[in-house]
Parts: sequence; C-alpha cells; structure tokens
Amino acid sequence: MKITKEQVEHVASLAKLSLSEEEIERLRTQMGGMIAFADEINTLNVASVRPTTHAIAQKNVFREDGCAPSYDRAVMLENAPMQDGECVVVPRVVE
Amino acid sequence: MNKKELLSLTAAGCAAALAAGTVTSVELTQTYLDAIEERDGEIGAYLTVAKELALSSAAASDGRRAAGKPLSALDGVPYAMKDNVCTQGVRTTCASRMLENFVPPYSATIYQKLNAAGCVMLGKVNMDEFAMGSSTETSYFKKTRNPVNTARVPGGSSGGSAAAVAAQLAAFAIGTDTGGSIRQPASFCGVVGMKPTYGRVSRFGVVAFASSLDQVGPLTRTVEDSALVLNILAGQDPLDASSLPHAVPDYAKSARPASLAGLKIGLPEEYFGPGIEESTRKAVLHTAELLKAQGAVVERCSLPLADYALPTYYIISSAEACSNLGRYDGIKYGHRTKEARTLDEIVTRSRSEGFGDEVKRRILLGTFTLSSGYYDAYYKKAQQARTLIMQDYAKAFEQFDCLLTPVSPCTAWEFGRMSDDPLEMYAADICTVSVNVAGLCALSLPCGADEQGLPIGAQLIGRPLAEETLYRVGAALEAARKEA
Repeated sequence: MKITKEQVEHVASLAKLSLSEEEIERLRTQMGGMIAFADEINTLNVASVRPTTHAIAQKNVFREDGCAPSYDRAVMLENAPMQDGECVVVPRVVE
Repeated sequence: MNKKELLSLTAAGCAAALAAGTVTSVELTQTYLDAIEERDGEIGAYLTVAKELALSSAAASDGRRAAGKPLSALDGVPYAMKDNVCTQGVRTTCASRMLENFVPPYSATIYQKLNAAGCVMLGKVNMDEFAMGSSTETSYFKKTRNPVNTARVPGGSSGGSAAAVAAQLAAFAIGTDTGGSIRQPASFCGVVGMKPTYGRVSRFGVVAFASSLDQVGPLTRTVEDSALVLNILAGQDPLDASSLPHAVPDYAKSARPASLAGLKIGLPEEYFGPGIEESTRKAVLHTAELLKAQGAVVERCSLPLADYALPTYYIISSAEACSNLGRYDGIKYGHRTKEARTLDEIVTRSRSEGFGDEVKRRILLGTFTLSSGYYDAYYKKAQQARTLIMQDYAKAFEQFDCLLTPVSPCTAWEFGRMSDDPLEMYAADICTVSVNVAGLCALSLPCGADEQGLPIGAQLIGRPLAEETLYRVGAALEAARKEA
C-alpha cells in the first residue's frame, strides 16, 4: 500500500505528534514499507477464527472493596512540570 | 578474596561467600561500584548509579546477616535494574527524553520484592527508548557497548542489563521482554536470559510498552542464578490483574544438572532455514546433539505459521504501544515543552520533543492500524493470526516438552548497521517474537561463538508455566558445555 503525505499527517494528528516536512517524507516511505510488511498477514485465511487479546486470559479478577490511604498529593505533584502546590497548572481551556 | 575473584562470582557464588562470611555485602557492593567507576565509561551500561542507596542497603544486609536473619538466599547480592522499572526515589527514564527527570513516587512490585529479598540495587541500566529496539541504539542518552567486542551493539532492548552482567558490573540484572528484549541481548553478550510465561511476574510499576506481550525476567551468568532470581520475582500480584494465580515452585530445584531421559525436544525447521547465519545454525544444531547425549529425544518438527509471527507481532505491539504512550501529555509528569499557549499545543509539542524517531514510528504505525477503516484489516486480523500461532504451538507441545531454536538469526552487529532501515532491524527479531505472541516462556543460553568470537544463543521454548522444564534442560546443557 502506498502511504500518502496526507495519511501521515492525519495519523500524526490523531497521535498528537507534529512532524517537520522532512520527517513526514521519511516516515511516509518507512510507513509504506512497514504497512507492506504488515500486509503479509492478509494472505492468511482467518475467516471464522476467534481473535485473541491475551495469550493467557483471565477474567473477573476481583478483590474485596476496601479503604486505604492513597499517594500523598505533594509527592504526586513533584513530577508535574508546572504546579502551584495544590494543582497541576495548565493553560485555560474554557473561555 | 581479591576484587577480581569477587567480581567473577555468580549470584549463587556471592550468596555462598556472604553466608560463609568470606565477604560482607558492603565489601561486595563497594567492589562493584569501583568496577562501574573504572570500566563503565567504556561499556556505558548504567544511566544512574545509586551509590549511596546501594551502600546503605548493603550495610542493612550485613546487619541482618550478623543477626542470623538473612531475608533470602540472595540477601546482599548486588544487581542492575533496567530503567523502565519504577524505583521510588531513583530516577526512571525509559532511556527517553520524555522521562529524563522522572523520579517515581512509588516502586514496581518486582523492585519491592527484590528489596524484600535483601538484594542490593547498584543502579539503573540503559535500554532502547521505551524498550523499542533491538540494539539499545535508540536510547536518548547514550550507546551501550557489547563487552565481548566494544565495536558491536549489546542487543536490545535490555542491552544495559546484558552488558552489565557480561562485563561483571553486576552479579545479575533485571530486564523486560516484549518481543525478545531479554533473550536477544543475553544471546549477543553471552549470558543467560529468561522470558517467563505471560503473567508469571507482576508488571505493576513497569513502564508499559505492549501490555498483552510484556514480561519481566532475569539476565544472569548461569542457569542456577536465573532460577534463584525468578524465585524472587514470580507470583501473583493484586496490583496486576494479568498476573497468574498459580503457585510458584522452587525453580532452583530444577536448575541442577540431571539426565534428560524421558524428555522430547523439537527442532522447528522454520527456524533453521535461509536467513539464519551458518555459524548460528551449526551451534544450535550442535546444542541438539549435546541434549541427545544427555538422554533427550530430539526430533525435527514444524511451526507452519512461523512466518506470520513477525507482522502479527509488529501490528499488535505497535497498536498497544500507541495506546500506552498516549498518557505522555506533558501535564502530570514527563517532558513539557517550553513554548505552548494552548492545551493542545502543550500535548503535541511535548510529545514531539520528548519522543525519539523509533518511538514516533511505532506510535504512527499503531495509530494507523487502529484508525477507522484499517482496524479490521490489520489489528483484528493480527489478533486472529495470534490465535492460529497459539494453536500452532499447542500442536507442537502435544508432542514435545520444549522446542530448540536460535535466539537471533545473526550475532551482534556493528553500531549503525541497522539504523537506516527499520524493517531490517525488525527482521532480526524473527526467532523471538512468536513466544510473546503465544504467551510462552523461553530461555536464552550461550551455545557457542562465531568466527569472530561473538556469542551465539540457543533458545529453549516451553509451554505456559513450564519454566522448570526449561531450567532442567538449561542446567544439563550448561554442564555438558562445561565438560566439552
């Protein structure tokens, strides 16, 4: 499958990545090769085969509901790139 | 014991010396820290050396030892941790600019288990960025060199772990394996690498790459060491719902040389065909002869869907990666761009600056295969192919106790040789990825060297939860190679 510049830009916007013109061109070629390679599985007849999400699947892993202290706010905020001691700071999103 | 002798001890050897009082954990740890100081400049295994923490853990271990209360067989033994495992208070970067300054507020379950066993963490070791790569060259920070030949890559993504063990800069190391990331670097550096069954070891606190494939395991100098470390790591964790409830056996009991009479081992022909270097093929077939001499029955077999494993793996792993890496938005932790006015700009610019090329490639491939109009042709189809690949293995395991294959089609390559064409690098994972796709366990063992003296690895593949079988075969093989 040939991948177009528009397809790379579309996928990049979905993935929240901004790419330079040079990156787009390089990735367009590389993605084309990768998709062609991935296309190999389309030679396999999988009609009526059940898809597997986990090789060893477990279901309904339950535990008793319980109360326990969570992480300390100050500790969790230490890794935030911008914070005011109580909250993570971001630009205004609602006018 | 002098420094050289101390560094040459296996983890079991360290444990024996500590128990006998020949050495203290502080002496052993200081010896390793000195070795890192002297030689890691050349090897480049460590991203962070936790000197003070290591020495205080060692002193605590010596205190317990003196009181006659060691926490485990490996209490006081120094090791290296891959830098995608969260270690509270110790920087955890995933070898990415995105997490350059990330200091986790909590610890992975496996780190807590290693602490509870008294093991001494020397530091955090290099890897491919977010574990995406096969040579550790995609690390944002630095190259790690193969200790056997420093012009060569150590393999990846657990390249720092393998190099640290091979260069005697740690008694053992922890790695992670999504498509071969423990086994292939172990093979390239000539050490032992175990990829346990999916769910055998908790992943809580291990930075996620592809959640239906990721597993944690040890890289060690011997099969016995591997079993001793897995004894500590394995087991169900309430914080990881995918971890298996099955009881954990004493793996060390299986890791002793014994006759292999009664065991049937298969050689899948698809793993010995064109594309596999001749020296690798020969070394693995020679390994089959050694196993026969130990009493095993070795026969050829077939895994007809082997060729589909690679595209299946790259579709599934990239799709899961793009989803897992969606959390890096520059808001709560990780890299945040300096120039942004809107929320959308923060997210997009932070991600674009924080991720390297390989990570971006996989995010884009994953996003593509999950996007509207392509999901059925790629992601769903790969999940169906996955079912067939699992059936392929199940059929083989009706007949065989384990399978023997090469770990990698080639030995360690030179820096830069694979970086132009990502597909060429992906193809090098041909022998390892199907194990993760099918959720099996597999052990990588040194089995010889090529004409240039570069290590070759043999891979033993077992059915789910058959780690004991792999250790039994591995220990017999290790003993047979020593005698030969």
